[in-house]
Amino acid sequence: MTEQTKTMHKDIEARFAGIIALDDRSGYEGYRVEAEKLVEFATALRDEFGYDFLSSVTGVDYLPDEKMEVVYHIYKSTGGHALVFKVQVPRANPVVPSLVSIFPGADFQEREAWDLFGIRFEGHPNHKRILMWEGFSGHPMRKDWKEAYYEADAKPFDARWPGGDVSRSEDKMVFNKNVAYPQDFTPENWTPEGETALYSGMQNIATDEDLQTEHVVVNLGPQHPSTHGVFRMVATLDGETIVKLEPVMGYLHRNHEKIGERNTYLMNIPFTDRLDYLSSMSNNFGYVLAVEKLLGDTTHIPDRAKYIRVIMAEFTRISNHLMAIGALLNDLGAYFTPMLYALKERELILDIFEAVSGSRMMCNYYRFGGVARDLPPGTHEMMRGLAFERLPRQIDELDRYLTENEIIRARCEGVGVLTPEEAIAYSAVGPVLRASGVPYDVRRADPYSVYDRFDFDVAVRYHGDVYDRYLVRLDEIRQSIRILQQALNGIPECDNCLGKPRYSMRVPAGEAYGRVEGPKGELGFYVVADGGPNPWRYHVRAPSFINLTALSKMCEGDKIADAIIVLGSIDIVLGETDR
Amino acid sequence: MSEKLNTPGYDVPPEMQDVVAITTLDKIYNWGRRYSAWPMMFGLACCAIEMICTAAARFDFSRFGMEIMRPSPRQADVMLVSGTVTKKMVPQIVRLYNQMPEPKYVVAMGACASGGGPFKEGYNVVSGVDKFLPVDVYIPGCPPTPQALLHGLMKLQEMMDTQSIKNVRWYQKEPLDAIPIPILGPDLLDPRDFPQFAEKMAASATENKEA
Ligand code: SF4
Repeated sequence: MTEQTKTMHKDIEARFAGIIALDDRSGYEGYRVEAEKLVEFATALRDEFGYDFLSSVTGVDYLPDEKMEVVYHIYKSTGGHALVFKVQVPRANPVVPSLVSIFPGADFQEREAWDLFGIRFEGHPNHKRILMWEGFSGHPMRKDWKEAYYEADAKPFDARWPGGDVSRSEDKMVFNKNVAYPQDFTPENWTPEGETALYSGMQNIATDEDLQTEHVVVNLGPQHPSTHGVFRMVATLDGETIVKLEPVMGYLHRNHEKIGERNTYLMNIPFTDRLDYLSSMSNNFGYVLAVEKLLGDTTHIPDRAKYIRVIMAEFTRISNHLMAIGALLNDLGAYFTPMLYALKERELILDIFEAVSGSRMMCNYYRFGGVARDLPPGTHEMMRGLAFERLPRQIDELDRYLTENEIIRARCEGVGVLTPEEAIAYSAVGPVLRASGVPYDVRRADPYSVYDRFDFDVAVRYHGDVYDRYLVRLDEIRQSIRILQQALNGIPECDNCLGKPRYSMRVPAGEAYGRVEGPKGELGFYVVADGGPNPWRYHVRAPSFINLTALSKMCEGDKIADAIIVLGSIDIVLGETDR
Repeated sequence: MSEKLNTPGYDVPPEMQDVVAITTLDKIYNWGRRYSAWPMMFGLACCAIEMICTAAARFDFSRFGMEIMRPSPRQADVMLVSGTVTKKMVPQIVRLYNQMPEPKYVVAMGACASGGGPFKEGYNVVSGVDKFLPVDVYIPGCPPTPQALLHGLMKLQEMMDTQSIKNVRWYQKEPLDAIPIPILGPDLLDPRDFPQFAEKMAASATENKEA
């Protein structure tokens, strides 16, 4: 902690004496706030202390203490470490005031905490489930909620190891499926909740125009070629203009966090690959940083491993942005041709990933304290070839074909605008935030690994529209190439100096929040350890998910056809959105 | 291609070769279908990315007849279930399947679609699409490489070769039943379970008591 933040914290403590208390559990940081004073506290933090960016909101179930806790991570949009504050409420009736009126970016995250933990947020404007469907029984992330295939609280399950039971879970179930119903349930008496909750909010929205035209509600997805997977939007239209739009998600909710809490720390690394499956290396990076923070041994990572981590993360960024640009062009109607160009380069990057990790997409390459193995012979030359020759040329080519294209400009300029103030309020991150003129990049704002050794610019553009988001991605590819060139020149050459990555270790009790600048923005992992072999809480702050909070804001007033490209310009991956 | 067609053993005079083929109805029917098996443009999860790569320039499955992906189920022949089937999504998947015209095929791509994969124990995950749809080809892998996907699709073509107009299900007299669409209840409900629902609930209650 720097001197400046220390005085800042002193000021905060003085200002809120009596309302807040230091979180004194060992391994924990930040403040505890009384639930009644939360709104006052948060407002003052934003208005008096400049903490204007509420990044992450999540719940933790402390079953042994009979408490539910809501954890908030907040920053200044000018950079620096996070301020953490928490609210504890009794588990039997967890009610917390909603912060949506102060930080609209809390919207989806509070709904998620309601959905998964059953924490009620008083004053939330749209208080319903988000990942599961209305009518689902229970709040699955609670510690006493057991899934149908439940075997034990933590892996490895005794039956499997060393027992060696290889039976299939469904064979043990009465329904031969992964289902469990409440005891008194009968299908005859069940009326599905269906979509009433969703659609009732979408009809007859009054506008201030004299002529009240009839509104039409249009549903898009979850199976739609332009929603980048199983994403769904419901829009109320006045003619072709969007009056209101609501994203609907959860169609790929794979219970990442619940499974993550059964897994050991090491087992979670391959699961993070499958979050944002276009950039598995970056996901690994965020998770190992969080756990390394808990272990407190960030310093023991050998330099070569640090360089390899950065190189892989930057290649990931390039391949992700290429894919994002290709997909945006798909959405614009340039069907598949630009995508083919993008995929051509991506394949070459995947070849490198395959060489170093053994897999094209699910790399599972980072380990606590380093990486899984050293670069195999020949890869260094492959990487140099890409970073120094091929990629710069190909990016210029992409730029030449696309950037000045008349149709692209006509369709993208001025569409889906997000002002800097809105972008911050909605907790937008990554290219979406930077295209709105906020030069916030975790690699600069709160440097991790060896990013402070490289010379690069934070790409930023100022119009906040779809076109600028495209340009920011192009700029970022160029900056990544710069980082790669420096890293490839500077990587220490040595034999067997990678150290020994740690596979089984004792993680001391405490909490940690590790964040990296993933290709889609700030990717954070919030891990709570209780000293056992498994995380007590494992939460992913997913940029794709939280960036979607601003989607309706960006789309309102635009045409329905533009909603598609606005969505394309956010660049979501459903594995991460729904987790 | 003509050697695949022209096999009933009639000799074609040399001057007519490559102009005329003598074949059976089954053969020409399957030959036509195997080289025009259009997949539905339908991606569920990570596996869909490998599916896109397989469609792209390097692997290019149009070389084998999967010429183009169709976003509408009405125009598709093959449903590539490329990813994790969740409970929230499965009603839509079954509906899409019902909307595809016969002949139709289902390929379970990857561990998730085949059996739940790494996320099997998840509370919102269906342990394999075959709990609801008839699957023709399973492709292992997480994700299967494009080569594996191509191999799976070729296996599907081989399967098509063995079918005969006489007994394929879509040329039978009786109409084909649609698959009942699952319902989102307190947990996923399969209408096919309803007749024995009370019995099974009772069974699971005693089981819980014993446990
Ligand atoms: S099989 Fe693996 S790659 Fe495919 S959808 Fe499942 S987790 Fe993703």
